Amino acid sequence: MGRNDAKIQVLGDRMAVENVNLKNHSNDTTSSSYLARNLWSGFLFGLGLVAFIDEAVFHQLLHWHHFYDKSTTSIGLVSDGLFHAFSWFATVGSLFMLADLRRRNALRLTRWWGGVLLGAGIFQLYDGTIQHKLMRLHQIRYNVHILPYDLTWNILAVVMIVVGATLIIRARSQSQLPRGERSYEPQ
Amino acid sequence: MNLNNYVHHSNGTHIDYANGMLAQLLLALPFFLLLVVYIFAAFISSRRHKQWPIHRTIFWVLGVLCAIAVVIGPLANRAHMDFTAHMMGHLLLGMLAPLLMALAAPMTLVMRTLNVTLARRLSNVLKSWPVRILGDPIVASCLNVGGLWLLYTTDLYAMMQQNVLLHVLVHTHVFLAGYVFTVSMIYVDPMPHRSSFVYRAIVLIVALAGHSILSKYIYAHPPNGVPTEQAEMGGMLMYYGGDVIDAVLIFILCFQWFRATRPRASLAMDQCSKVSN
Repeated sequence: MGRNDAKIQVLGDRMAVENVNLKNHSNDTTSSSYLARNLWSGFLFGLGLVAFIDEAVFHQLLHWHHFYDKSTTSIGLVSDGLFHAFSWFATVGSLFMLADLRRRNALRLTRWWGGVLLGAGIFQLYDGTIQHKLMRLHQIRYNVHILPYDLTWNILAVVMIVVGATLIIRARSQSQLPRGERSYEPQ
Repeated sequence: MNLNNYVHHSNGTHIDYANGMLAQLLLALPFFLLLVVYIFAAFISSRRHKQWPIHRTIFWVLGVLCAIAVVIGPLANRAHMDFTAHMMGHLLLGMLAPLLMALAAPMTLVMRTLNVTLARRLSNVLKSWPVRILGDPIVASCLNVGGLWLLYTTDLYAMMQQNVLLHVLVHTHVFLAGYVFTVSMIYVDPMPHRSSFVYRAIVLIVALAGHSILSKYIYAHPPNGVPTEQAEMGGMLMYYGGDVIDAVLIFILCFQWFRATRPRASLAMDQCSKVSN
């Protein structure tokens, strides 16, 4: 009798644990790991998007950027290769992360877009200062007065970082409100 | 540098016509065999078990044809003179053919076709430690991308144009390393030694970076005996052509991650609905 009771107790405990696990995997969309994943998915997508625009618009359509510049340093070549491969992977991977968040009902669009702008801004600033200027990978455009181009490029990057960070902070303060008072309920 | 090529020609140190044909046949023959054996196995196995998926056979035929187009015929002839054609060949033989052939799941087909004893013996070989080391993403990447660095940054490329044996060896290596690299990244066939998605993703990124860096390096520093314009064209072809094939590889790796991490609750619900149906 006592032994059976103990068995039932153990079984019940196990089921309770499994219920909690189930919740963590699918239902609890406020869990911090999902919030972080929204941010990361957006961040990686933003990074990939900027790299893609850089390649498609500035290299291929406008022919402003050059494939290789005689003054490119070898560290510039390595940095370009790593970022090129990483951004290619990030674009595809982040969209699969987005699909994963959606199927788990854990997508927070404000936070995701904040991540996109933050990632885009940070990568563009890195490209515009360190890769273009310090490693002299290539310039934005050749045979022109370069300063206005550099300023537009980098100011745009800073604006994206600021707007992205604002969106993320706003999304965070919203998710910290008790459930009933939230203005935005994801579904 | 252009002049060098002609000098070699007149001296006869460049691979001559007969030896060139021999090399082409030597390289093409195994691929023809692979094509015939696969189709034969697919036929046998479809009769004995359920139908072998037709799209797998199509992947195999396309993959083998890509490889054959590189090692024999007009592209192979042009690749001796023209670095851009050589690079086109590299993309087809080292990247596209292995990808298509990996998608054809040849090991699954072999296991299905062989009898149990032979299949067990084969699976023991696949489980052995040398295969495990070879199939590790880092080792496979070093063999693949490292081999390319060796080929294009040393005199190996120039030597390969003058020695039949070296020519055959390099092309065999490019194909085999490309295949091992592909199957170490995406799992279509059953793999006894699996590594995590994060590990494969990181190694894949570094390997792709190595490929991009090498193509820009070739653009700036042509291999010995290659004219500047051809090196520039070839480097750009390697960079952008590599990107297209890598995009497919990345997509498949991420898709496999997406499927494997399906939320458990919905998996349970799927099974419930299957049972109730």
